[in-house]
Amino acid sequence: MKFAVIVFPGSNCDEDAVRAVRRVLGVVVDAIWYQTASLDGYDAVIIPGGFSYGDYLRAGAIARFAPVMTAVRRHALAGRPVLGICNGFQILTEAGLLPGALLPNEHLQFRCEIVTVQVETNQTPFTSAYRVGQQIRLPIAHGQGNYYADAATLEELRAHDQIVFRYVGENPNGSVDRIAGIVNRQRNVLGMMPHPERAVHPLLGSTDGAPVFISLLHTWEALFAGPSPVETSAVGVRSACAGGRE
Amino acid sequence: MNFQARIQVTLKSGVSDPQGAAIVRALAMLGFDEVTDVRAGKYLELRLTAQDEVTARQRVTAMCETLLANPVIERYEFTLMKEQE
Repeated sequence: MKFAVIVFPGSNCDEDAVRAVRRVLGVVVDAIWYQTASLDGYDAVIIPGGFSYGDYLRAGAIARFAPVMTAVRRHALAGRPVLGICNGFQILTEAGLLPGALLPNEHLQFRCEIVTVQVETNQTPFTSAYRVGQQIRLPIAHGQGNYYADAATLEELRAHDQIVFRYVGENPNGSVDRIAGIVNRQRNVLGMMPHPERAVHPLLGSTDGAPVFISLLHTWEALFAGPSPVETSAVGVRSACAGGRE
Repeated sequence: MNFQARIQVTLKSGVSDPQGAAIVRALAMLGFDEVTDVRAGKYLELRLTAQDEVTARQRVTAMCETLLANPVIERYEFTLMKEQE
């Protein structure tokens, strides 16, 4: 399995994402410059956190038109997994690959702390290694993580089990319905404000982010490399990724 | 022909505006407690060339729809003025 981590001018969690994939999975992972036109040969794409283009105009608004985003869109539409973390989530909503938008935090503070989130579904290629209802500790670091979707969109998200993570305890940014992460209807594009890549080693204060990467590998193995331990829980995930490889 | 577009981008009603709320509180603290609501937005001024006003209007509309406003949370309006050559 091969991972691509997209690097925009202003990305600052790209190296963390590369190291997390390498450390947790030990698979090939390349940092891909935003001017690159093709992601052929990559099985999973990570859009990392940071401040692409200085958050000018709106967070993610300019990054979504970078040349590499055409390839990311193609990758997503082919059913292959795309994980957007923090600024990556903002970029994916701006690009229309995920519904809704991320507004400035309700209290206007930049929050940098470890929060508790609950895994709401494991029927995704990103969360199959978690239990539903499992509470995990992940870092957040953002000023614009206040997820907004209108009532109709929110109803859609609930009806199709697209809310993947919710904040537990204090809502750190004012997100509607305490949403910390969502998937698209096809379940192969995940956007989340918390940083799983910063929670993969005890020295970082938590290892609870590692199963995100493990889930991706197990899902991929279940599809293309024979049985794996997550096969039973990966039924929904299979159809989500079925278009991944012709 | 040369034009100037003055574009205002504001949050849709129903979308919370934490910045506006903070400005209301700051104004009240300074004694302007008659202010009941503030909505903060963006103001952009751009200069462009186009063969006529209709084309200029179409182009600015396309810019707003594509990049300058996010239709999920924002709405926009603009005025277009012809400038001297």
